[in-house]
Amino acid sequence: MVSTLPPYAATLGVEIERDAEGRPVLLMPFGDDVIGRPGFLHGGAISGLLEVAAIAALYHAIETEGPEDASVRIKPVTVTVDFMRGGRDKPTRAAGVVTRLGTRVANVEATAWQDDRDKPIAAARMNYLIVRD
Amino acid sequence: MDGFDAERFTRHGFGGHGAALGMRYHAHGADWAELALPYDEKLIGDPASGVIASGPIITMMDMAASIAIWIRRAAFVPHATLDLRVDYLRPAMPGKTVIGRGECYRITRSIAFVRGQAHDGDPADPLAHVAGTFMVLGSW
Repeated sequence: MVSTLPPYAATLGVEIERDAEGRPVLLMPFGDDVIGRPGFLHGGAISGLLEVAAIAALYHAIETEGPEDASVRIKPVTVTVDFMRGGRDKPTRAAGVVTRLGTRVANVEATAWQDDRDKPIAAARMNYLIVRD
Repeated sequence: MDGFDAERFTRHGFGGHGAALGMRYHAHGADWAELALPYDEKLIGDPASGVIASGPIITMMDMAASIAIWIRRAAFVPHATLDLRVDYLRPAMPGKTVIGRGECYRITRSIAFVRGQAHDGDPADPLAHVAGTFMVLGSW
């Protein structure tokens, strides 16, 4: 289970929720530590939330699809973030979708939204190297 | 405001998310700015190795690129990140300060094009490469 988040997630104030299917959804409250310009989230904090969501989705996929135990490490290779809307003074959620989980590489897409999941404030495509010990 | 003084702008450190990460000014030139991100346990993304997450590096590169654009525009005027791509060449060494350099290499009426690199001591051995675009906006 993806129940423990790294210290960086705590710095962002991120908590894990689950959707109806048990997939992780990450929640980041608005606060001083994630502000960029006054009244708006920092793009970097949104990127960080997307990263945490992508990694949570990836570990979830590894645990549910693969027979391997937890001896799998993942390393980020590329991250591309598109920013659609400013992040306002309200909670932000993000979830990742693993588009492909291979032996050595995983492709993950993550989106972040506030009021309406269909109106994302940012989205990211991330490629990870999978190291199976 | 006529001109943009990157050193003066960052003299009292950063507010908000930059402050939460411990980000600091490092250096700047005519179209570039460098920021420093000292190692801190609260930035760790992989507790097993102590390697910091990639999110703080994105934040630093976004901010360094922003300052480079303000220097290039010679004014503290608004812009918005359109996209940012980061290639992670290698993990940042635990314990080392990461330096991020953002450069605004082209600016039009609508778009600022930026690129940059991050390293942890040796600029010839970068740990991340960044390319991005920003929407250039009018005034605050």
